[in-house]
Amino acid sequence: MSDAPTGIKRWLFTTNHKDIGTMYLWFAFIMLFIGGAMAMVIRAELFQPGMQVVNPNFFNMMTTLHGLIMVFGAIMPAMVGFANWQVPLMIGAPDMALPRMNNWSFWILPFAGIMLLAPMFMGGDFMAGQGPAFGWTFYEPLSGQYDKLAFFIFAVHLLGFSSIMGSINIIATILNMRAPGMTLMKMPLFVWTWLITAFLLIAVMPVLAGAVTMMLTDKYFGTSFFDAAGGGDPVLFQHVFWFFGHPEVYIMILPAFGIVSQIIPTFARKPLFGYASMVYATAAIAFLSFIVWAHHMFTVGMPAAGELYFMYATVMIAVPTAVKVFNWTATMWKGSMTFEVPMLWAIAFVFLFTIGGFTGLMLGVVPVDFQYHDTYFVVAHFHYVLVTGALFGIIAGVYYWMPKWTGNMFDIRLSKIHFWVSTISVNILFFPQHFLGLAGMPRRIPDYALQFAEFNQISSIGAFIFGGTQLLFLYIIIKCIKGGDKVSDEVWEDAKGLEWEMPSPAPYHTHVTPPTVK
Amino acid sequence: MSASHITKKLAGLLGLLLAPSVALAEYKLNLEPGVTAIGSDIYDLHQLVMWICTIAGILVFAVMIYSIMYHRKSKGAVAAQFHESATVEVIWTVIPLIVLVAIAVPATTTLLDIEDSSKSDVTIQVTGWQWKWQYNYRDENLSFFSNLSQDSNEARQLGADPSLKEKANHYLLDVDKPIVVPVNKKVRLLITANDVLHAWWVPALAVKRDAIPGYINESHFTATEIGTYRGQCAELCGKDHGFMPIVVKVVAQDEYNAWIKGEKAAIAAAAGDSNKTFTKAELMAKGETVYKASCAACHGAEGQGGGPFPALKGSPIATTGSIEDHLKLIIAGKGIMPPFGPQLSDADVAAVTTYERNAWGNNTGDVVQPTAAKAAR
Repeated sequence: MSDAPTGIKRWLFTTNHKDIGTMYLWFAFIMLFIGGAMAMVIRAELFQPGMQVVNPNFFNMMTTLHGLIMVFGAIMPAMVGFANWQVPLMIGAPDMALPRMNNWSFWILPFAGIMLLAPMFMGGDFMAGQGPAFGWTFYEPLSGQYDKLAFFIFAVHLLGFSSIMGSINIIATILNMRAPGMTLMKMPLFVWTWLITAFLLIAVMPVLAGAVTMMLTDKYFGTSFFDAAGGGDPVLFQHVFWFFGHPEVYIMILPAFGIVSQIIPTFARKPLFGYASMVYATAAIAFLSFIVWAHHMFTVGMPAAGELYFMYATVMIAVPTAVKVFNWTATMWKGSMTFEVPMLWAIAFVFLFTIGGFTGLMLGVVPVDFQYHDTYFVVAHFHYVLVTGALFGIIAGVYYWMPKWTGNMFDIRLSKIHFWVSTISVNILFFPQHFLGLAGMPRRIPDYALQFAEFNQISSIGAFIFGGTQLLFLYIIIKCIKGGDKVSDEVWEDAKGLEWEMPSPAPYHTHVTPPTVK
Repeated sequence: MSASHITKKLAGLLGLLLAPSVALAEYKLNLEPGVTAIGSDIYDLHQLVMWICTIAGILVFAVMIYSIMYHRKSKGAVAAQFHESATVEVIWTVIPLIVLVAIAVPATTTLLDIEDSSKSDVTIQVTGWQWKWQYNYRDENLSFFSNLSQDSNEARQLGADPSLKEKANHYLLDVDKPIVVPVNKKVRLLITANDVLHAWWVPALAVKRDAIPGYINESHFTATEIGTYRGQCAELCGKDHGFMPIVVKVVAQDEYNAWIKGEKAAIAAAAGDSNKTFTKAELMAKGETVYKASCAACHGAEGQGGGPFPALKGSPIATTGSIEDHLKLIIAGKGIMPPFGPQLSDADVAAVTTYERNAWGNNTGDVVQPTAAKAAR
């Protein structure tokens, strides 16, 4: 390390998978707080009926940027951060296969984030901000009315470059750099889920790039891909978007499945039940994700045959997803469980993700979807799968591997408070939204009729508690990095896997000579 | 929304577990069957799927909770080392499949009913605009716009007096002009949009369908109970997406016929206004009403503008510019401003132009008559 640059140059020029993983995770964490602050604005406005805090355009800007930042800025980069840190450690590789590209794919991200957020500050008066306000799904023709569209489009392009490069790197690493004896079917499940996720990303990111490029030429070069007045088709946009968008939701959840599948066997002291079926279920979910996209558009006026097809294909996803939940349950069954902090988060994940899975099944049934579509029922559904699913998976992973990364145990008392307060408040936040949706409250509205007041108020209170509690998470992480009880190499009793066989904290260079896997 | 109110709601939630029917009647926690046969089918299907999910959830969670309680190291549990079982795995793949078929069968029949818009009695074309609905009774040659009602519109302004919401009639769910349909008749809707996507949704009628420029989507309902049913736009359509409600009055056939007749008579009466000469005071009063309904959402209640929407107060168009340019801008629109020509009568256009040129200190003294608006078209 003596010849390595220090200070800011270390981070700018690093090709080390651990440094880059750390940067990804910190970037995601900062974005989580930015997106979270926007969520607080949304819930503050919805605390009572009437307009109190922001104007309707600003409100739409908040919902739009909250969604985009959480999806592209927080969840996805956090998962890539885990891949960077853990994939080489878990497969016995010294680093990622393409370390320079790794550096580049990270350093694109902050610029994309700045480009996405910059128009917010271009209105003169802050409340007159000019950020995108057309929903994270940026449906045409509404998005075409936005006069700073180019910022948004180029931000999306940059995010796409970053994701594609990151995915190529992960695939190249997993396929080429496994230690001798580490056959594909011996790989830890986290590695498997990321391998499949990376293929999804490579397949769909170019589709997203195509969608925004068509928007760009529609807006600035006189084409009419999506403009009905010019012979174009606004529904085409939705088909292209959701062909990207549906696999995208699995891109966010599959690595979380992987993390949870690492954690539960460790603390149940029992091998993962149905390893092979877990791999096949993940692959099946990935395959199905390409053929169900139009279930996001059931009210668009498709022919009945199309709706039937997309309904049947969609509810089929329940099968491999159920297999996963059954496998996690069977892993716990007759185990010898202890409930360290990562296990608490993983168990909460299984419970709460399952609730999100059930509402997903309900939404897949077309006739009832006509009532659920674009209501708070949908908002509740996707927050159960993305917050208590993907985000809880990420938090579980941080608690699981952070001692290995830092060499220190985190503050267990505080982290248990973090867990319990988060888990209770997240349900106060999102569960009442099911009722709001069923009672008829549309999503993406800044103000509502009086009969929705109580549940919105309860939901907002949950949101403030949940949001505030994440500051505790920040404190716990900083405290753990600075010091704490030293952990053993194994960290968790009887933890299995290559990452637990190296010293804690993991040295800057690991697996310099490949280990042999029996 | 006092604390005791919230406690009451939470108690209601607990009550739901004990006495579902009572709790459901008192608190709106669930879908409603509404007033159509299809709505009731949808409700049944919803109950079916929800109960399947609830029971499956209870079973899975019970196993997990049992395991968490008893298979823990602190109770001396020793980990078994089994990690696969082909039999079990096949069983729990097949059971969900069977359940899915049980859901898919009724779902398919209901869907095919929903998609059958044939043999309708009344056809209404519904057009979504930013941010209002236009209704066109195709067989009666009757067309009008439906805006958020004035009392809700005042109450929903940023920083408005909070008591206005309580006073407003059905806050945010009331319009200046509802649509009227006959009871027990099949009403076919032809749904489209003029600018961006919208979605026409009335929960009690179990209709939600996207309104898309360049497309005409079909839907239908047959309301079996007389009453007033309320809904909202369900597809994000920009700034005032939350403020374009839908109100449908279902009435007896006689009342419907009388309503159609009355509307036609009113249109015939208003047609004469195009050639009439009004006083400035008349135009200002009418103009203020039109301005509040059609212009204030973007240009502000005091013409102050906001965000990307320019101020009219002191703006050259509404002061020093020519009256003809001003009229043409209102009629034809510009950029994201929609054309108001199709929605406003000559008298409305003339009145609002007069109003904008004289209100908020613009004081040009100009008086614009409907004939000028007619000429500018």
